[in-house]
Amino acid sequence: MNKRSKRKLLVVMVVFGVAVATVLSLTALQENLQYFYSPTEVKAGEAPDSREFRIGGLVVAGSVERATEGLLVSFDLTDNAKIITVEYSGILPDLFREGQGIIALGAMNGSGTFVANEVLAKHDENYMPPEVAAALKAAEHK
Amino acid sequence: MIPELGHFALIVAFAITIVLSIVPLIGAAKNDAAMIALARPAALAQLLFISLSYAALTHAFIVHDFSVLYVSQHSNLVQPLLYRVSGVWGSHEGSLLLWALILSLWTTAVAVYSRSLPDVLMARVLAVMGMISIGFLSFMLWTSNPFERIFPVPADGNALNPLLQDPGLAIHPPMLYMGYVGFSVAFAFAVAALLGGKLDATWARWSRPWTTIAWSFLTFGIALGSWWAYNELGWGGWWFWDPVENASFMPWLVGTALIHSLASTEKRGVFKSWTVLLAIMAFSMSLLGAFIVRSGVLVSVHAFATDPARGVFILVFLCIVVGGSLALFAWRSATVTSSGRFSWFSRETALLLNNIIFLTAAVAVFVGTMYPLLVDSLGLGKISVGRPYFDTMFALVAIPLIILLGIGPALRWKRDDAQRIKTSRQVLFIASLAIGIVLPFIIDGVLNIKTGLGLAGALWIAMTTLNSLYQRIRMSKRLPLAFSGMIIAHLGMSMFVAGVTIVMTYHQEKDVRLEPGSSYELSGYDFKFIGIRKVTGPNYLADEGHLVISRDGEKVADLYPQKRIYQGQSNAMTEASIDVGLFRDLYAAMGEPLGKDAWSMRLYYKPWIRWIWLGTLFMTFGGILAVCDRRYRQSVVQRVKGLNEQVATN
Amino acid sequence: MTETTPNKPFVLKRFIPLIIFALLVVMLAVGLTLNPRLVPSPFIGKPVPEFELPLLNQAGTFTHEDLKGRVTLLNVWASWCFACRQEHEMITQLSRSGLRVVGFNYKDKAEDAISWLSQLGDPYEVIVQDLDGRVAIDWGVYGAPETFLIDKQGIIRHKVIGPVSDPKKLKALMEALEQLQSMES
Repeated sequence: MNKRSKRKLLVVMVVFGVAVATVLSLTALQENLQYFYSPTEVKAGEAPDSREFRIGGLVVAGSVERATEGLLVSFDLTDNAKIITVEYSGILPDLFREGQGIIALGAMNGSGTFVANEVLAKHDENYMPPEVAAALKAAEHK
Repeated sequence: MIPELGHFALIVAFAITIVLSIVPLIGAAKNDAAMIALARPAALAQLLFISLSYAALTHAFIVHDFSVLYVSQHSNLVQPLLYRVSGVWGSHEGSLLLWALILSLWTTAVAVYSRSLPDVLMARVLAVMGMISIGFLSFMLWTSNPFERIFPVPADGNALNPLLQDPGLAIHPPMLYMGYVGFSVAFAFAVAALLGGKLDATWARWSRPWTTIAWSFLTFGIALGSWWAYNELGWGGWWFWDPVENASFMPWLVGTALIHSLASTEKRGVFKSWTVLLAIMAFSMSLLGAFIVRSGVLVSVHAFATDPARGVFILVFLCIVVGGSLALFAWRSATVTSSGRFSWFSRETALLLNNIIFLTAAVAVFVGTMYPLLVDSLGLGKISVGRPYFDTMFALVAIPLIILLGIGPALRWKRDDAQRIKTSRQVLFIASLAIGIVLPFIIDGVLNIKTGLGLAGALWIAMTTLNSLYQRIRMSKRLPLAFSGMIIAHLGMSMFVAGVTIVMTYHQEKDVRLEPGSSYELSGYDFKFIGIRKVTGPNYLADEGHLVISRDGEKVADLYPQKRIYQGQSNAMTEASIDVGLFRDLYAAMGEPLGKDAWSMRLYYKPWIRWIWLGTLFMTFGGILAVCDRRYRQSVVQRVKGLNEQVATN
Repeated sequence: MTETTPNKPFVLKRFIPLIIFALLVVMLAVGLTLNPRLVPSPFIGKPVPEFELPLLNQAGTFTHEDLKGRVTLLNVWASWCFACRQEHEMITQLSRSGLRVVGFNYKDKAEDAISWLSQLGDPYEVIVQDLDGRVAIDWGVYGAPETFLIDKQGIIRHKVIGPVSDPKKLKALMEALEQLQSMES
């Protein structure tokens, strides 16, 4: 192989590699995007039915209820406009508290309850996740 | 009084740094020896004053001077001494001071240990480092003064976030910053070389040990962070693909590409402008990481308290440093010529492939981290990228990397014979693949291809690396430290791959409800909950659970997980209890009380998780070993010689 | 793969990194302005919302009109709120300094609130009860503690989210208070 064709081959290989990597990464990215919705948007039916998404809001004071057996817990999440009930089976993070902003990852079940498979709270007790803050702000303007 | 002195020292350091970054550059342009000679003493003076300032802040923490706002925010009367000292870098202002201190340490180290460097080049390198330092110092002086006073003086302060009260985390940021800031040396060398228009192999030789040592610190720092998250967060995970973690991982990936590319440039004089670009990128990624952590543009588990003014400042700083150096690169790199020629089957090509793979990985992390921001800034809604994206991307990147890792180090520079490699690697390849695929079947009777491939990869790296070692010993009987360092770091990679593969496949976890006397079985281990008692720590109260773990009726370990309430904090903190083993960890964390003495508990069985950190320790050690190689120590010998001559002529 | 002399036609490629970086900066800059980091209360500078609430521990009601006439600190608290315990001492100090402090008992039970006060001391001139949190929604309260600084005309001047004992928040509150006093004198 002479120098020119070697160079060409290399360019073709690199372009091919980049193309494959781009397609793969875009597919992987597309499949793993998690959209964020506020309780108001969920109530308005904007959230997907089948796909997982993230919901954020404040835990309504006095709404946390724990099952007597097992680890099921339910609580209400609000953006100060609408309320969505969230169910979660497992251990809540240390920073989960009533009145605190949290984010839950999961999907809606048929009866209007959000079933979470992950609940996130932030490591700053006075912290408000920006998505939650934005959702609250949006709700305030309505 | 002392805090004011600290503030004053910072101002003096700022003035010195301005001199450091301007005068030697002018000197280098005019070839004025006196101005050039100013660089070294200025670097030392800068270190002196920043150290004084740092000492003043530490002093305020130790003596509980709550009249200093920063101290009152991040320490209280009951905080143990260790965490008062580490409280200095517990948040934004103090950690900036630590950045500045470390940067001046590196600057001084270059000034002291690179005496054989041509004076003009040295003057330029130190001046560039001075410019970076100006950024950090003015950041502190104008937006984030750590010495700000508060009135009325509170009687007690706010405790340091209890999450940060862990010895692993106390030393994690300094290690990480040593790495981030260490890349500024390679950056400064690259910019100085571009300024001077002289980019030769000696440039690579000078910056290589600095880059490798910075890389070692960064590797160690990231490993510590991962280990802390595992111990402290109570989630049993070792990596979360959190934006802040990614912020430290991106410079690591680019830095890894850089240390490999520097090898080509040093040994063969090839890829010069590419290496320069990587040196610029590695440090840019470090600064970008700082931007992500401090500006709050990305949502993260452990981002610092955010402030838009700070974000704007870092963005401007980022523009000047990165934009300026890239513009310089665009302008001057045309003058850089690469002389070496090589065939497509050679060590050079392998190292180039390594660079492409690591850069692809960096881009993948970058895209995953920044994509939510892109979508947000286009006003298309708020999204986040789930961890499966990162896991998938890394699995894809790992395959070519692992195959390459078994072949590349065996290749000769310039040109090699494909047949020679084929005969030496064929058997190892088939053997590792066969053993790897069969292993999962032996472990639990199930043929698991993914796990098999992971194990095959680990075996392949280990066997080929050991084979290279054997060949080297047989051929030359001499083992340079740089070579041993590479072998150890690559073995570390093998351990890391093995650990990740096994822990991801065979780990087990369960959230359960346990009453005293009840038990739960996980992977053959019986976790029995004995009960709860109250304990008092130096600055916290805790509910401590007691679990007895047994296997086949024989007791294995006692675990004492805690739920702590720190003084001055309202939230409970989970303190996991872990029975550590080389081949498995048993892990218990307490959830919440469920009434009638019952608790929710999180139980884990984590096989081989230690190998992940053991592997990174090997990489760190490999880097340190490589830096100790005789080739670099010669500069010290020359330095002593040079000094002797100086004395003689005087 | 063997670059030799400077390649004039390929000069553009040397600008690629710079161009990519410029695009990145634009994105970061936009992200910086867009991302809401603080929840600025839309109530600042506005008159207090109208309300009428029963008093805790005594007969009678309290309305927005009663807030007027004096500079007042309205402190939203509850017995279930841990951080309220933390700021209690600072609230007491502020009250002792002569500032009128009105308690706003949020989503609490009267007996819990009373026993909390008898345990820690009562710094409040009066305490209004918002059992179901209805009025709190009008105030934009989304948790406890929150503290409002209200001027003589009944206009909200400053809001603290979280415990006022936090040095930074205390500083901001003090500055707002000083400003208010200098304006009124």
